[in-house]
Amino acid sequence: MLIVTVIILSVISLFIGAIDIKPSHLLNWESLETQIFLISRLPRLLAIILAGAGMGIAGLIMQSLSRNKFVSPTTAGTLDAAKLGIIISMIFFTGLSYIGQILFSFAFALIGTFIFMQLLERIKFKDAVFVPLIGIMYGNVIGALSTFLAYEANILQNVDAFFQGSFTLVVSGRYELLYVAVPAIIIAYIYANKFTVAGMGEDFAKNLGLSYRTVLNIGLIIVAIITTTVILTVGVIPFLGLIVPNLVSLYLGDNLRKTIPHTIFMGAAFLLFCDIISRLIVHPYEIPVNTTVAVIGSVIFLIMLFRGKAYAQK
Amino acid sequence: MIEIKRLSKSFGKKTVVEDVTLKIHSKAITSFIGPNGAGKSTLLSMVSRLLDADTGEVLLDQSNVKKMKSDAFAKRVAILKQANHFNIRLTVRELVAFGRYPYSKGRLNAEDHKFVDQALDYMNLTDMQDMFLDELSGGQKQRAFISMVIAQDTEYILLDEPLNNLDMKHSVQIMKILRKLVDELGKTVVIVLHDINFASVYSDRIVALKNGRLVKDGPTEEIINSESLREVYDMHIPVQVQDGCRICVYFNSHN
Repeated sequence: MLIVTVIILSVISLFIGAIDIKPSHLLNWESLETQIFLISRLPRLLAIILAGAGMGIAGLIMQSLSRNKFVSPTTAGTLDAAKLGIIISMIFFTGLSYIGQILFSFAFALIGTFIFMQLLERIKFKDAVFVPLIGIMYGNVIGALSTFLAYEANILQNVDAFFQGSFTLVVSGRYELLYVAVPAIIIAYIYANKFTVAGMGEDFAKNLGLSYRTVLNIGLIIVAIITTTVILTVGVIPFLGLIVPNLVSLYLGDNLRKTIPHTIFMGAAFLLFCDIISRLIVHPYEIPVNTTVAVIGSVIFLIMLFRGKAYAQK
Repeated sequence: MIEIKRLSKSFGKKTVVEDVTLKIHSKAITSFIGPNGAGKSTLLSMVSRLLDADTGEVLLDQSNVKKMKSDAFAKRVAILKQANHFNIRLTVRELVAFGRYPYSKGRLNAEDHKFVDQALDYMNLTDMQDMFLDELSGGQKQRAFISMVIAQDTEYILLDEPLNNLDMKHSVQIMKILRKLVDELGKTVVIVLHDINFASVYSDRIVALKNGRLVKDGPTEEIINSESLREVYDMHIPVQVQDGCRICVYFNSHN
């Protein structure tokens, strides 16, 4: 069902855009349409699927490890920390290679998330909504630091443009970093049972002989890898990591071995859908996908909050 | 056999467990009793390695539990703490199957499935195995957790206040099951209990703690009498024998 949805949405995604491409055009290898198809449309589709699946998995792992349904890369400072890392590398290490920037951003995302998890352990009042609020505040503090640095260095506008979640700039040669998310997702699947056990809490995990700390750290590394690759290639995609795992959990539960495949496909389908809307609404122009994601995502999130506070605390 | 040797634990300046030495007898129910803050749960947590002791050691068949591998330990000792914060949505069967984690790491073989089936059957949960935990009542949930521990197939089962939030019927049900685990399956059960009458009626041995120190340790008959209980609880507790059970009638006691 989900897979069929992803396939249908993929086909739609491939054949909409400023230039009308028909399947028949693709028969001619030399045609302009085929070139556009290969250089722009296909990379865009792959980028959307990888980013959607990746952010879904990142959110799922974070929710499992923090044992809170409302924690995700956007509500735990992960994205903001990754951003800060890029800004610092832009300002202070101008000569840094692309790979260097990636590693810098990855390190910040990892440390930022780790600090949040440490904060979480020290908070006594673990209300389902209170925890992500702290995460959002924490993210905003990091964000403020980023903005300050960018402002001082006069690169505020570049930075804003850089993180605007959008697939417009995704062409071949500019998105390949996203492939790193593939092994990260595979490792997440291999570790699925361990994450589920860790999600039962430290005492349960230790009772079952799981090395809790190691699993926690591996989870955070996967989250940081996925978040960094997504933010560096397409920018900030809000809400997806929050709502997709929750929707899956509603009908499938929290056994990651079962939910990971669904999260992958639903994440991809959700982002594909939002991207298609973004491209159709002001056709032949398009609006940034993160705007669409934020509008649709926030509505779903609000519904989840209103009918879900009880559910999240169960 | 589990031997606890001169175990101490402090949190900050507060000493919670102080110099406790005792032996846990095999194939019996041992209850830890005592007033609030006596250190019962902390002691249980140290025995099960959830907490590290400051000084002293816990020996499982002569070997220090700290030095055992975690999955080897998980095949021999199971601990169930108060699980009211358990908020992940698993089906009963999924939860019980995770009891096999120390053996299977999540990839269950035919033998694991057999253990899961038996554990579900033992706790009368077979009909409910596909329900999510959050659809169950408190008593059913507690049964599911105990079922997971049974699937874990350990000699030692440690439970921290398993009767918390349960009504009388379900409390009796759980205690009867624990009794069966000892009498039929030869398990060793250690429980922290608040209700002294449940401790009296169902346990073979009682360990009484007060302010982190061991006050009494012996067969139930030796502990459940007014004299010993005064030492533990600082109050007069009349004991009446009813149908062979020693019942503490402390509800209207005047010191």
